[in-house]
Amino acid sequence: MSTVQAPIWEFYGGIHLPDHKAESTRRPIAIAPLPHRLVLPLQQHIGEMAEPVVQVGEQVLKGQIVAEARGRVSAPIHATSSGRVVEIGEHRIPHPSGLDAPCVVIETDGEDRWAELPAPWPDYTAHHPDELIERIHWAGIVGLGGATFPTSAKLATGEAKPIHTLILNGAECEPYISCDDMLMRERADRVIAGMQVLLHILGARECLIGIEDNKPEAIAAMRQALDDAGVSQARVVVVPTKYPSGSEKQLIRLLTGHEVPHGGLPADLGLLCQNVATSAAVANAVLDGQPLISRIVTLTGQGISEPQNVEARIGTLVTKLIAFAGGYTPALHRLIVGGPMMGFTLHNDHVPLTKGCNCLLAASAAESPDPPKPAPCIRCGRCADVCPARLLPQQLYWYAHARDFDKVQDYNLFDCIECGCCSHVCPSHIPLVQYYRFAKTEIWNQERERRKSDLARQRHEARLARLERLERERKERLRKKKEALEKKPKGATDDPKKAAIEAAMKRVAAKKAARQEAADGAGVSANTSSED
Amino acid sequence: MLQAILVITGLAITFGLLLGYASVRFRVEGDPIVDQIDALLPQTQCGQCGYAGCRPYAEAIAAGEAEINRCPPGGETTMVALADLLGRDPVPLEDQEAAEKPKSVALIIEKDCIGCTLCIQACPVDAIVGAPKQMHTVIAEECTGCELCIPPCPVECIVMVPVKPSLETWRWPSPDEENLLETGT
Repeated sequence: MSTVQAPIWEFYGGIHLPDHKAESTRRPIAIAPLPHRLVLPLQQHIGEMAEPVVQVGEQVLKGQIVAEARGRVSAPIHATSSGRVVEIGEHRIPHPSGLDAPCVVIETDGEDRWAELPAPWPDYTAHHPDELIERIHWAGIVGLGGATFPTSAKLATGEAKPIHTLILNGAECEPYISCDDMLMRERADRVIAGMQVLLHILGARECLIGIEDNKPEAIAAMRQALDDAGVSQARVVVVPTKYPSGSEKQLIRLLTGHEVPHGGLPADLGLLCQNVATSAAVANAVLDGQPLISRIVTLTGQGISEPQNVEARIGTLVTKLIAFAGGYTPALHRLIVGGPMMGFTLHNDHVPLTKGCNCLLAASAAESPDPPKPAPCIRCGRCADVCPARLLPQQLYWYAHARDFDKVQDYNLFDCIECGCCSHVCPSHIPLVQYYRFAKTEIWNQERERRKSDLARQRHEARLARLERLERERKERLRKKKEALEKKPKGATDDPKKAAIEAAMKRVAAKKAARQEAADGAGVSANTSSED
Repeated sequence: MLQAILVITGLAITFGLLLGYASVRFRVEGDPIVDQIDALLPQTQCGQCGYAGCRPYAEAIAAGEAEINRCPPGGETTMVALADLLGRDPVPLEDQEAAEKPKSVALIIEKDCIGCTLCIQACPVDAIVGAPKQMHTVIAEECTGCELCIPPCPVECIVMVPVKPSLETWRWPSPDEENLLETGT
């Protein structure tokens, strides 16, 4: 039933690479020791940065939220062990920029005590999908294949886009990386359990699990787990090993024959893709009520003594992980986060393990040679032959190089998945993907600047309007005053003081007149007495 | 011969009337080209171009009174965009040095502020809050870095601080900048 091979389509382009996975799959998944210090970056996902909700000095427990998600496209950060918050501030993080970013630093107490967790829901079918999505949001689960898009946001496609097929991505096509392979070999039941939860949430009628044919153990384990769980709506589909079959759009093409339209999402086709490790994390969150506090990471390359996969707490420093795997060998040339095709060089190993970090490749000079000096493009077109997104890499290169950002978008720069196939085959060794990354961030930056300048224009115009209004009002006041003065009777003087004096004099005169009248009535005696 | 002259004259009169009518009927208030130029300018309202703000500069460019290279905050990008829009040839920036200054925002050293409100009156985008004899402060988010608040300050308590790159604003460097590509393409 589940062993029946579904038809396989092909995707355009791609390349065959030596997979180098055997090095790190010889040992079972090891559990990394609890470090003394955990550094938890607040931005480990795509979307809004999480907001710290703990104070320095506060005691925290394992699984306690230390930073809340801000909005739906965001994810909370949990303490990955119990201890004391010693710092909330900037810390070096694994990022190609080498910049510092806000982190919560925890000194662990070694007790590793759990916080009070939400109830496990082994009978998840009794719960409404929205409740389950809320639970996944709480658990801080993001796409663990490396994209780190918040899973709850991806699942909340709503009624507008019903999902009929869930796709589990176990292709893991990039060389050296084997964390998903090992997960499927050792914990296939967990992946399948998570898949069942996902199927329930989405109301999908089937699930396709795509695995490359260079992982026979994982394929067997997953099929076994499917049989054990008695799931009939899911099947494992073995796809040929070709990079980048693990890219979402390429895997969808392989498994269903559909192409995700330009500017569209798989959900437009009724499809939704999740990584196998994400599925296992969903199982932990829903069935056990546990948040995402650890992940499996591949430590490999000739620069490391004992290549293997370890399950480590998020926030463990890379140096500690390397030390756990026997330390560096003298062959170390470059430390890469991710794989050799899409990863980036790490210049400092005092950075924490993040949710999206699937591999640390300590590459030797032979494994990751320094790029030779680029030569001019000879227009051979090999880049276009291998581009899985069917773009024209050399045109993109011309325009990115010339900084013609309108033209580069006309050639659909934003459909580029940065897989690195074009750079890999380029006989002139032109760092093509670097140009595309540069152009993309430059375009985003221009967009941001434009928004900022629009805002500045609005504020400036509002200010001018306000100044004009104030001036108008001032003039209006003056005019009114003037008019009021002009309206006054002719005889009246302008000066209020003078007017007051006049009024007083009038009063005195009136009094005098009154007295005069009285004196006239009373006779002369009064007059004389007044003279005394 | 006469016929031809009459036909041409007739045509000229017809089209003249037509155009005359169209210019009245389809009259556009304002100058759309000024709006387009203004949209390309960075809206710092700094006056470094010699005009009282971005819009006056845009008007001057549209009227052909000003060259397109006088906007240091916009830098080369703005100049090239203007050249594209107006069909002019790109020209080197007038003040290259000013254009290469890093992006900065104003910061009031609050313990030195005497609350004179002069900077508030100078700010073209109302990015400074404060009241007479109360401390003032700059809303960094809204500050365009025009530096117009610096000269009026009687106690020189306003400084420009370069904007720190964050993860959000970080950009991949161009491989050309890294001197990886030395050959001309």
